[in-house]
Amino acid sequence: MDALFSQLFAGLSLGSVLLLAALGLALTFGQMGVINMAHGEFMMAGAYTAYVVQSLIADAGVSLLVSLVVGFLVGGLLGLVLEVTLVSRMYRRPLDTLLVTWGVALVLQQAARDIFGAPNVDVRAPAWLSGAVELFGLGVPRTRLFILLVAVVCVTALALVLKLTPLGRRIRATVQNRDLAETSGISTRATDRLTFFVGSGIAGVAGVALTLLGSIGPTLGTAYIVDAFLVVVAGGIGQLKGTVIAAFSLGLLQATFEYSTTASIAKVLLFVVIVAFLQVRPQGLVSLRTRSLA
Amino acid sequence: MSPAGTAERRGGAVGRLLTGERVRTLAGFAVAAVALFGVAPALLSDFRLGLLAKFCCLAMVAVGIGLAWGRGGMLTLGQGVYFGLGGYLMAMHLKLADAGPGGVPDFMLLYGDGTVPGWWEPLRSPVVTVVAIVLVPVALASALGFAVFTRRVRGAYFAILSQALAAAFAILLVGQQKVTGGTNGLNGFRSFFGYDLADPVNKEMLYLIAAGTLLAMVAIVRLLMRSRFGELLVAVRDQENRVRFLGYDPAAVKVVAYAVAAAFAGIGGALFVPIVGIISPADVGVVPSIGFLVGVAIGGRATLLGPVLGALAVSWAQTSLSEQFPSFWTYFQGALFIVVVAFLPGGLASLGGVRRRWRAGRAERDDVPDEVPARAAQAPTTPSETVTSGSTP
Amino acid sequence: MTDIPQPEQVLDPDALEQVLAGPGDRFRHDYLEVRGLRVEFDGFVAVDGVDLTVTQGDLRFLIGPNGAGKTTIVDAITGLARASGSVRFGGVELLGKASHRVARAGVGRTFQTASVFDELSVLQNLDIAAGSRRKARTLLRRRSAVPEVVEQALETVGLTALRDAPAGVLAHGQKQWLEIGMLLVQDSRLLLLDEPVAGMSHAEREQTGLLLQRIGAQRTVVVVEHDMEFLRSFASSVTVLHQGRVLSEGTVAQVQADPRVVEVYLGSGRKER
Repeated sequence: MDALFSQLFAGLSLGSVLLLAALGLALTFGQMGVINMAHGEFMMAGAYTAYVVQSLIADAGVSLLVSLVVGFLVGGLLGLVLEVTLVSRMYRRPLDTLLVTWGVALVLQQAARDIFGAPNVDVRAPAWLSGAVELFGLGVPRTRLFILLVAVVCVTALALVLKLTPLGRRIRATVQNRDLAETSGISTRATDRLTFFVGSGIAGVAGVALTLLGSIGPTLGTAYIVDAFLVVVAGGIGQLKGTVIAAFSLGLLQATFEYSTTASIAKVLLFVVIVAFLQVRPQGLVSLRTRSLA
Repeated sequence: MSPAGTAERRGGAVGRLLTGERVRTLAGFAVAAVALFGVAPALLSDFRLGLLAKFCCLAMVAVGIGLAWGRGGMLTLGQGVYFGLGGYLMAMHLKLADAGPGGVPDFMLLYGDGTVPGWWEPLRSPVVTVVAIVLVPVALASALGFAVFTRRVRGAYFAILSQALAAAFAILLVGQQKVTGGTNGLNGFRSFFGYDLADPVNKEMLYLIAAGTLLAMVAIVRLLMRSRFGELLVAVRDQENRVRFLGYDPAAVKVVAYAVAAAFAGIGGALFVPIVGIISPADVGVVPSIGFLVGVAIGGRATLLGPVLGALAVSWAQTSLSEQFPSFWTYFQGALFIVVVAFLPGGLASLGGVRRRWRAGRAERDDVPDEVPARAAQAPTTPSETVTSGSTP
Repeated sequence: MTDIPQPEQVLDPDALEQVLAGPGDRFRHDYLEVRGLRVEFDGFVAVDGVDLTVTQGDLRFLIGPNGAGKTTIVDAITGLARASGSVRFGGVELLGKASHRVARAGVGRTFQTASVFDELSVLQNLDIAAGSRRKARTLLRRRSAVPEVVEQALETVGLTALRDAPAGVLAHGQKQWLEIGMLLVQDSRLLLLDEPVAGMSHAEREQTGLLLQRIGAQRTVVVVEHDMEFLRSFASSVTVLHQGRVLSEGTVAQVQADPRVVEVYLGSGRKER
């Protein structure tokens, strides 16, 4: 029973990390169709933001909370710059966008290496996040719970924004029919920029949260980007629901595989499962069905 | 009608080009052969020749990517996997051969339990190894290709899946240190099918093999590009559904191109191993897999020679730049991706074309006024059509 | 109808005879039989129990207001949209087959937006269309000679002079013709044309209509069309769809006289062209 719970929690925890990494992508890739390979580097930027903020604010708790906000802004601004300078020119060439943003990712990584040095650095976790809480007779690290909380808050906030606010309505309208949205007086350009800002901002938040799990380095993003994209692909395009389900399913699956085999075999099994899953549902878990030829 | 007139002029030009082109192609191959087999070995030091041999191996992957991505539209971010499969198969054979009949490779004594796993055993045979180097990548590519292409997973989805494959493969190699050498990879080979790898003569032989193989691959791709299959591949790239409604299975067409690319990458990896002396997860993961694309993009993805020349040039630049300015090279590589792909999607090969088209456009603008309105007429002209296409379920 | 001066004839219906007289069974009498066709998109029923019989020699037009399910029916027949019911052509059940197998069963279609291979030449476009039954070995070789049927199709659709031009530079109407030519060399027995004259000039429409009539005499042809004038000139029979169901069926005159049709379609203030 304990083993089951600990695995369940390991899966949820892994799932929440995947969700944080994939949530911004669900917005930029899922809603806008932009494959942003620099998304991982926006996370890395968020992580280094936490590092910098901590060097300015001594109290680890305050600095963490400040970092979450500043990280969002840093990630968002990077995304905004990217959208305005490059991505906006390439909306009709998604695969080329992938390569261009990969180039951006390389530059950002090297910049981080030149600014902060190649070795990994650490961000101290606040005292109130150290240790573990007892849950179902199981010691659960507080940091893991905190990340789960951050993931849940981000998803909820994003879902509410999409559903209730004028921005959300504009985003959904633009996604569903760009031309019609345009003729209805929505500035699709402004909507694109805002969407990209929010999506990239979430990457920054994810990066800040990741500092709680271990030391951070310039290649932090590369480690997560592949998994994050898999989550979005498996979850299906255009709906947050799919991303959430996919993130936790993959997290649980990986935890299960890791429990019964080794971490490296688990990765391969996970890949096989996803390819097999796409045989059944090529459009992902949740998809908006359209009649477009493509 | 003046479009007809244009076409006749164009048709005549194509006719002349065809004959001229055949001569040019033969001449091109002859020049390349002289340069690779005659000039390079005579002028370059052993060290430089070894580098060129390595670049040739990397260029083999690029030739395959040119076919799969440039002509077939499959952006494959996981060619490192096939490169690695070929490389590791060769490396395993070389380790076993060095250990002698029944012997155990050194690293297995170090990390493992000192026995050779059963699935290594067939690779003691040189014949099995050579066959496996081609067949294993082809088998994996075909299996993955059929699985995803028949379900119409394509574009970005395929790119992401192929990248995930590269990530999983690299992680697997690192994780299974006892049988793969882990992060260190496999290295320290002494002989290549009985030839001493330390002997400069044998090194030159390896270079000649690599250069010859590369030339052969370019010739194969040229044949494929000009065959009906090549036309079909472009058709699938541009209008997959249309091809389907003509009675072809686009998945089969794509699988063939993808498998050829995988075979080329596998062979490239296999030759890379004795030439460079090491293969490790760092050569096959996500980062090197995308790295293979730089040269292809720069040279011109859809052209015959673009990928080869681009890959050779980028490898050379990487070697010379990264030795002197290691951090600069990464910036440079990133900038190349950004500038070339965003602003010159046809690669450097398109520069000539752009100028030619521009000049032709200026010359023809006066006598073909209706070509422009003809294109503009693509916009729907019936008032109801715009609505129809969007709203009929 | 002839108030506009007729430009030089571009299409060549005489060459058509040679294309259609392709190998084998030109006297086989195929017909399309659709029974209880139903297509559902996430709970929305786009096509609801449609029955349709089209015989060879008939030039059938499918019309109906937006959302009537015209294109969806074509999609269902060609395996693009999942459907229930039955679609038989020449005695072969088509539902459940993959699209390329439907095509090999002798069914060809065009799309609302002309979809030809822009980067390939006109000739290459037709050659590909003619070749789905080619063996792998032939595919891997260069084209040594232009197949006879391709030459004739070029004549038929009036593109002989443009054979080496990339299809991308063709005018809109020429692309539509190229698509029809591709269906001909593909040796389709059933041709499903989705708005084949959209965006064509008046003269081009006339020529296309005459060509379709000639094809229709020897093939089974279904045309989805909005253009009422085109329909009146060339349709031999019409099926009117409304909200996924067959509303009326018959000759042009019969359909036009049908009060239900007048109510939902023609009478709803819709401007005729």
